[in-house]
Amino acid sequence: MDVTAPVAAIGRSTLRSLAALGRVSIFTAQTLRHILIPPYYPREIWHAVIAIGWLSLPVVGMTAVFTGAALALQIYAGSGRFGAESVVPQIVAIGMTRELGPVLGGLMVAARVASSIAAEIGTMKVTEQIDALVTLSTNPMKYLTAPRVLAATLTVPVLVAVGDAIGIMGGYLVGTTRLGFNEAAYLKNTFDFLQFWDVGSGLVKGAAFGFLIALMGCYHGMNSGRGAQGVGAAVKAAVVASSVLILASNYLLTEAFFGS
Amino acid sequence: MIELRDVHKSFGDHAVLRGVNLTIPKGESMVIIGGSGTGKSVTLKSVLGLVKPDSGTILVDGEDVEKAHRDTFLSHFGMLFQGGALFDSMTVWENVAFRLLRGSLKRPKAEAREIAIDKLRRVGLRSKVADQFPAELSGGMQKRVGLARAIAADPQIIFFDEPTTGLDPIMSGVINDLIREIVVEMGATAMTITHDMTSVRAIADKVAMLHDGVIQWTGPVGEMDAADDPYLRQFITGSAEGPIEAVR
Ligand SMILES: Nc1ncnc2c1ncn2[C@@H]1O[C@H](COP(=O)(O)OP(=O)(O)OP(=O)(O)O)[C@@H](O)[C@H]1O
Ligand SMILES: [Mg+2]
Repeated sequence: MDVTAPVAAIGRSTLRSLAALGRVSIFTAQTLRHILIPPYYPREIWHAVIAIGWLSLPVVGMTAVFTGAALALQIYAGSGRFGAESVVPQIVAIGMTRELGPVLGGLMVAARVASSIAAEIGTMKVTEQIDALVTLSTNPMKYLTAPRVLAATLTVPVLVAVGDAIGIMGGYLVGTTRLGFNEAAYLKNTFDFLQFWDVGSGLVKGAAFGFLIALMGCYHGMNSGRGAQGVGAAVKAAVVASSVLILASNYLLTEAFFGS
Repeated sequence: MIELRDVHKSFGDHAVLRGVNLTIPKGESMVIIGGSGTGKSVTLKSVLGLVKPDSGTILVDGEDVEKAHRDTFLSHFGMLFQGGALFDSMTVWENVAFRLLRGSLKRPKAEAREIAIDKLRRVGLRSKVADQFPAELSGGMQKRVGLARAIAADPQIIFFDEPTTGLDPIMSGVINDLIREIVVEMGATAMTITHDMTSVRAIADKVAMLHDGVIQWTGPVGEMDAADDPYLRQFITGSAEGPIEAVR
C-alpha cells in the first residue's frame, strides 16, 4: 500500500473544506453588497419578513413556554440541594434571555426557515427559474438572497424578544402554581434582577443567528444539485449547517460578551 | 449580430461543445436543429453566460459578452426556456409582466397587466388564465405563458428553446406565425431550437445543425432540402438508418 495515501486523503479533504469556506465567504460578501446597494425589492423583503418572522411566532412561542416551565422545575430541584430555592425567578430570567431564548429559538427557526428557503431556491434552481431571472435582467442574489437574509437578520431578534417574554411567563406559571411562589414577588424578582445587557446580548445573538440561517438556506439552495435529489440534499445541508453554525457562533458570542 | 467562435464546453469528462462556430446576423431568424442531448440548450445558455464556456469567444454586436456588456445585452432580450421556467410563486400575468413591474422598464400595475393580457392573447391564451398560477395550467399552456413572458417587453434579441414542443398542431402553427411575425415586424434577431421540421420551415431564415459538438451544416433554409450532407439528410427525413447513431 502506498504510504502517502492517508496524507493525500487528508490533504484532499482539507483543500475541499478550504474551497467550500472560500465559496461561502464570497457568497457572504456578495450578499452584504446586495443588501447595501440599490435597487432594493421592498415587496420581497416584506414577504420574507412575514414568512420568516410572523409565521415562526407559534413555534418559537411553544418552544419558549415549555423551556421556561421546565427550567423553573429544574432550578427549583437543583437549588433545593443547597437551600437556595428563592433564586428560581432570577435564574429562569437570565437563562432564558442570555442562552435558551436565542439558541432554542434560533434552532427552531433554522429547522423551519433554512429548510424552506433552501427548498424554495433549490427548486427554482433546478427548474431554471434562477436562470430565467437572469434573462429578465434581475440579479438572483439581489432578488432572492438579499431580502431573505436582511429580513431574517431583522426579525429573528424580535422573535427572540417574544420568546424571552413567553419563556419567563412559562417559568412564572410553574413557579406560582406548582412551586408556591408569590405572584408579585416572582415578577419583581425577575425584573429587578434583569439587566439590559442580559436581554440585549440575546437579541444580538438572535440577529447573528437569523443572518446565518437565511444565508445557509440561500447558499445551499443556490448551489443545489440537479433534480429532486439535489434539492433534498440542499435542504439537509442547509439545516445541518445553520444549526451547527448557531451553536458554534453562540459559544463564540458568549465568550466575547461574558467571558472574562 | 451574435457570433460564436470556437466555443468549447465540457461537463466533467463529457465534452458537449467541441468548437462551435456560428454567426447570426441582426434581424435574422436562426434555427438550430440536432439530436436530443447534443448541446443545443447549452449553446443558448453559453451566449447568456448562464453556462460558462471553457474556451472560445462569444460576441454580441461585436462586443465580447464575457465583459460588462451582458447587462445591456440582457436589457433588450427575451428567452423562452425549454421547461417554461415560470415563477410558481406568482400568477400568470405577474410572470408575463415581470420586467414591466420592476427595474428600468417599470410602469403602473394596471398598464403592465394590460400588456400582459395582450401578450397572452397573442400566444392563444384567454384573459381568464391571467390570474391563475402556473401550476394550474397544462404543460403546453405553461410553455405559451413562457413565450408571452419572453416577448412581453418587445425585445430585440429572442431565444426560443423548443417553442412548439408539447403543443397541438394548430397551436404550433399559431406560435410559428407569431415568431415569424416578431422577426419580420419588429426586426428582432431570433435563435430558435426545435425538433419540429414544420416549424423549421415556417420560422427559419437560416438553419444550423449541431452534431457531435460542432455545427455540422449551416445555410439558408431554402438550401436545406437540396443539401447533400448525410447527417442533415438523415435528420430531415427522420430515418433510423444513417451516420447518426440512434443510441447516444
Ligand atoms: N448543468 C449541467 N451539468 C451536467 N451536464 C449537463 C448540464 N447541462 C447540460 N448537460 C449535459 O449536456 C448535454 C447537452 O445538453 P442540452 O440540454 O444542451 O441538450 P439539448 O441538445 O438541448 O437536448 P434536447 O433536445 O433533449 O433538449 C447533455 O448530455 C446533458 O446531460
Ligand atoms: Mg434542450
